[in-house]
Amino acid sequence: MEEKLSFEYAPAPESRAVVSIKPKYGHFIAGKFVAGSKHFPTINPATEEVLSQISCAGKAEVDAAVKAARKAYTTTWSKMSGKERGKYLFRIARIMQERAREFAVLETLDNGKPIRESRDVDVPLAAAHFFYHAGWADKLEYAGLGTTPKAHGVAGQIIPWNFPLLMLAWKVAPALAAGNTVVLKPAETTSLTALLFAEVCQQAELPAGVVNIVTGDGTTGALIVNHPGIDKIAFTGSTEVGKIIARAVAPTHKSVTLELGGKAANIVFDDAAIDEAVEGIVNGIFFNQGHVCCAGSRLLLQESIEEEVLEKLKVRMAKIRVGDPMDKNTDVGAINSKEQLLKIAELSASGDSEGAQRWSAPCDLPSKGFWFAPTIFTGVTQAHRIAREEIFGPVLSVLTFRTPQEAIDKANNTPFGLSAGVWSEKGSKVLWASQQLRAGVIWANTFNKFDPTSPFGGYKESGWGREGGRHGLSAYLKGVSHE
Amino acid sequence: MIFYGLVDGSDASLKKYLASLSGVDQVGADARAAMLATRSIKAASKRWAIDTAITMVDLTTLEGADTSGKVKALCTKAVRPDPTDSTVPSVGAVCVYNDMVGIARTHLDLIGGQHVGVAAVSTAFPSGRASMAVKLQDTQDAIDAGASEIDMVIDRGAFLSGRYIDVFNEIVAIREICGSKAHLKVIFETGELVTYDNVRKVSFLAMAAGADFIKTSTGKVAPAATAPVVLVMLEAVRDFYAMTQVRIGVKPAGGIRNTKDAIKQLVLVNETAGPEWLTPTLFRIGASALLNDLLMQRMKMDDGYYASPQYVTID
Repeated sequence: MEEKLSFEYAPAPESRAVVSIKPKYGHFIAGKFVAGSKHFPTINPATEEVLSQISCAGKAEVDAAVKAARKAYTTTWSKMSGKERGKYLFRIARIMQERAREFAVLETLDNGKPIRESRDVDVPLAAAHFFYHAGWADKLEYAGLGTTPKAHGVAGQIIPWNFPLLMLAWKVAPALAAGNTVVLKPAETTSLTALLFAEVCQQAELPAGVVNIVTGDGTTGALIVNHPGIDKIAFTGSTEVGKIIARAVAPTHKSVTLELGGKAANIVFDDAAIDEAVEGIVNGIFFNQGHVCCAGSRLLLQESIEEEVLEKLKVRMAKIRVGDPMDKNTDVGAINSKEQLLKIAELSASGDSEGAQRWSAPCDLPSKGFWFAPTIFTGVTQAHRIAREEIFGPVLSVLTFRTPQEAIDKANNTPFGLSAGVWSEKGSKVLWASQQLRAGVIWANTFNKFDPTSPFGGYKESGWGREGGRHGLSAYLKGVSHE
Repeated sequence: MIFYGLVDGSDASLKKYLASLSGVDQVGADARAAMLATRSIKAASKRWAIDTAITMVDLTTLEGADTSGKVKALCTKAVRPDPTDSTVPSVGAVCVYNDMVGIARTHLDLIGGQHVGVAAVSTAFPSGRASMAVKLQDTQDAIDAGASEIDMVIDRGAFLSGRYIDVFNEIVAIREICGSKAHLKVIFETGELVTYDNVRKVSFLAMAAGADFIKTSTGKVAPAATAPVVLVMLEAVRDFYAMTQVRIGVKPAGGIRNTKDAIKQLVLVNETAGPEWLTPTLFRIGASALLNDLLMQRMKMDDGYYASPQYVTID
């Protein structure tokens, strides 16, 4: 008889000894940590353990932060040469690299994402954004905005919980390179890496007030958005909140960029490299638990390969390792909050009741914390809620198409337009499809690849403006023509 | 069923079969292999992996300077890799040149190594540049001398010039000689075929022609058993099983020198073809230096410190 063989990976936990979390945090204003009030707990979503108490900033704190940012802008940062500003950015980037492990562990504890991802994606990319923008600081006259582009002044920045440190880097690095000072609010559930970043600012001896970090919930965010002392708003988050912000700033002098939701189509043609396409489908929707605005949440499969791809996808999904985010072998971690878990469950239930077929990867979910098994729905049509609404979780809706044009029509038939994927070994088809798709980022034979040099942003309800690259930088500059 | 019903032996049917295969995206395959290389294998799972890897080693000597003394020493090591620890399993097979097969078989049998196979490299190894008659005779000689496994090389020139049917027919002919006496491993020399599309294509070609195992390399050409190449071959055997319900083995050879590399190979197997392939009947690692590193890591796990290299034997 053949011996039953199994290769169970023993637990390979990353040590959390590298981080020291304070029992209580305040805000970072004018280069100093100041005490806060109205504290609320921040938890590890994988265990529901309370990690620390975070303060919810009110009017006084936001006023102080804006005042500090204004003072730093007027007296120091706007007078400094680009070359000098660049030195600070380089210094921040290097310190982030030196403290990469600390950032990765803290991000995983606070967010629930696997350590492999925070270690290999979030933190290195965050440092890369600072390195990239450090290079821009003394070259702004080559940004295509005339010979004397100017900073806006004080930027108010509100970031989401899905990539806490990385979204901070996307916001802070270009703002500083362009000569703005910032007041940044991390998401309510994931403030810890932003507060650690404040330490890095101190360590880099960044002039006081250039970066101010206030924590809190939506009320704090509203105070920033509506503050008269702020010149530019940058927001990443839900389309719902984005619309509120757009209305709020419309009658003001403020510039605004919005990076909002998505419902990306991942189109697999019958001439695709199937195994790599399956890998791309998995990476497209299960990366970061599907908490990705550009996630490939709508799989569009050519009907002739539907069966083959779905079979392979299920085999592959059965290999996904769901569990302890601190284990180095974990592929999919915890859902970031109970609230988000309920939203994912509610939308998935609508998939059931509207007649789509649910299949979840067989996996044992931990009893504590917030978890959702990687799931696909087949038999989904354009009319299903799960094909229209952003689920922001590890749930894939599978639709089919018969001709390339039908794929494009379905892909574009959405109020969103953040990203899309095209899988084909035929170059001409890839180029044709990319031209037809109305989405800000289109990946060909890959998915969820990010780089600081590449502009990122959406069409339609997915947002205004771009982040990253020269396009992203220009959002933090006023060209001559704007004056 | 002949050729599993996939091809009828004609050039046209072979071309059609190979054209039906989907391509391989190089960037994606490289990325998947790199991701799997980050798996962290510790404690009991590492111990299991080391022992499993030892049973999968095809302990190899393929040198012009090989002598009967060298081959006998290799056989002794194959049976009892660590003379001080009888819990260390024997390796899968020894792998030698044709003329050393008889010496290896006799010596193995003499020292209680009946369970260790003798693999003979064949068909004008490593280049494959000889007439068909010579290749057939080469294989027949090895089997007559007691080889239980034949590691044949394909005609890479024929493959690269598109004469797939010639490659196919050669494998079929060697398969026929092997009959039930010897397992057939087909060596592609992926370092010469270069593209992953070619690796996938030649894998399906060899499997349809009757290979029991598909093997990356001779060990004489670099690059040899790179992780993405092994990944593509493991995907091929997995897909072939789905089509035919027959499991074909995979043998990476060349460049796998230490325990870390070997464990990465096992992770590739586990997460690509599946745990069913984690047995020496379906997965072998062609290597010479690897075994000693496996032994040293094994000692380290038992003793808690690295031993001097003098505690493992050099044969």
